[in-house]
Amino acid sequence: MSIHELEKIFQDKIDKEIKIEPKDWMPEAYRKTNIRQISQHAHSEIVGMLPEGNWISRAPSLKRKAILIAKVQDEAGHGLYLYSAAETLGSSREQMIDDLHSGKAKYSSIFNYPTLTWADMGAVGWLVDGAAILNQVMLCRTSYGPYARAMVRICKEESFHQRQGFESLLVLSKGTKEQRDMCQDAINRWWWPSLMMFGPKDSESTNSDQSIKWKIKRKTNDELRQQFVDMIAEQVKLLGMTLPDPHLKWNESRKHYDFGEINWEEFWNVVKGNGPCNKQRLEARIKAHEEGAWVREAALAYSSKKQSRSNAKVA
Amino acid sequence: MSPIINQTLQLADTCLILGQRNSEWCAHGPILEQDIAITNITLDLIGQARHFYQYAAELISKSENKTITEDALAYLRTERAFKNWLICELPNEDWAHTVLRQFFFSSFQLLLFEELEKNSDSQLSAIATKSIKEIKYHIKWSSEWVIRLGDGTEESNNRINKALQILWPYTGEFFMPADYEIISVGPLQEKWLLSIKEIFDEAGLTMPENIFMQSGGKSGIHTEHLGFILSELQYLQRAYPGAEW
Repeated sequence: MSIHELEKIFQDKIDKEIKIEPKDWMPEAYRKTNIRQISQHAHSEIVGMLPEGNWISRAPSLKRKAILIAKVQDEAGHGLYLYSAAETLGSSREQMIDDLHSGKAKYSSIFNYPTLTWADMGAVGWLVDGAAILNQVMLCRTSYGPYARAMVRICKEESFHQRQGFESLLVLSKGTKEQRDMCQDAINRWWWPSLMMFGPKDSESTNSDQSIKWKIKRKTNDELRQQFVDMIAEQVKLLGMTLPDPHLKWNESRKHYDFGEINWEEFWNVVKGNGPCNKQRLEARIKAHEEGAWVREAALAYSSKKQSRSNAKVA
Repeated sequence: MSPIINQTLQLADTCLILGQRNSEWCAHGPILEQDIAITNITLDLIGQARHFYQYAAELISKSENKTITEDALAYLRTERAFKNWLICELPNEDWAHTVLRQFFFSSFQLLLFEELEKNSDSQLSAIATKSIKEIKYHIKWSSEWVIRLGDGTEESNNRINKALQILWPYTGEFFMPADYEIISVGPLQEKWLLSIKEIFDEAGLTMPENIFMQSGGKSGIHTEHLGFILSELQYLQRAYPGAEW
């Protein structure tokens, strides 16, 4: 069969909403795009553990401590499912982790911002997980089967995290003046970076068109961003807080909120490695990996010893 | 305070402080699967601590006729009031230190909780029953790691031996009774040593002999590390007195 025919069968499947599975023929670019996107997503889960892990030792109550630990642990679990999904496309976990550490692979830039106060735990849950969910709900219907199935599981946990984040801010919003200030300050700092999570404007995005044709993505960056603004602009009222955008205003004719211009210079700067925590995040991952090397070697050495002993017994 | 309250606080503090130490691994583990595993154990320990704190709070509230919460006990008591076993507060050195401490700790915790389960105090007995299921998994997980590291590479063997030198002097405290303890801990030592030896034999490790044993945690005399743990753990409750979180 010619490449052209294979491509036609492939696109027909996608058009008919049949999932692409690991053993199916797929264009090389489709494989690469999925590896890039899934591994980037996995790395985001793993690097994302750091800013929240930062507050585990200081969580203000036993209940909050347990919730936060469980949340960070869920992210490790998400990382695992996603690395496994990417492995079905022929990329090894080791390779993906090396690519993260060398800077070749990216992760979501949002995690290059620092978590400065306890309120950031709530704001990250509500805004960052909230933004991630919109993307992830869409990805539950992505065309690559293993990725879509991983996303279904992840979405259930993520929406729980978002509710927890919101609830934690709600408590602060009803608390002392210092807590309310802490809450507003966290929203002010996380709002714009959260909007940047949807990526460049559609007019500037290089990967969007092909990804939509292949149904890897089903909505554009701008569509998702608008959906997010509309959702958060309503929820923030329940907190009695505000979003730091003087241009935020309901537009009756569009039936959407209008909002101000994102600082794209900041966005590209953080992407390029100049965010407040880019270096620290990567260093923390590399350190954990390097300091764990002897542990992984010992586990391998022990399991091969055990194997050869049991072989000797059988013989 | 009554012996039962002191005993309950000792168990609560012990679980909390080890949970706090283990939680330092979260997001920094040697491999993703093990990051998840140690974090599971952390969550179990925090959960156990909460059961004990809640029960202690209930007892104290009754006896002093005021309302005390689990968080008041965890976040507003100071170094000399904490009764945790010293071994819990030692800084994490490396993975060998963490798994070996967990193994020593959980192996003793199982024996202690099996006694606690028989206690006439139905609440303590119920907490013990629930925790024992978790502890058995902690022993399984940590003993497998002790064997793996003992019988793994030369480096892992060196590291676990180094951890052994650091930790062993803190295991004697398990069996030294505090004046308020409602469980007789001395007689548990023999059984504990046997369970350690069984795993050590498989791991190729030797039990140290004639080592001086440190103690004091149960009666509030701690290492210098505890103050730092508490200042981090209690920071928000101290900075914003009376706030709800």
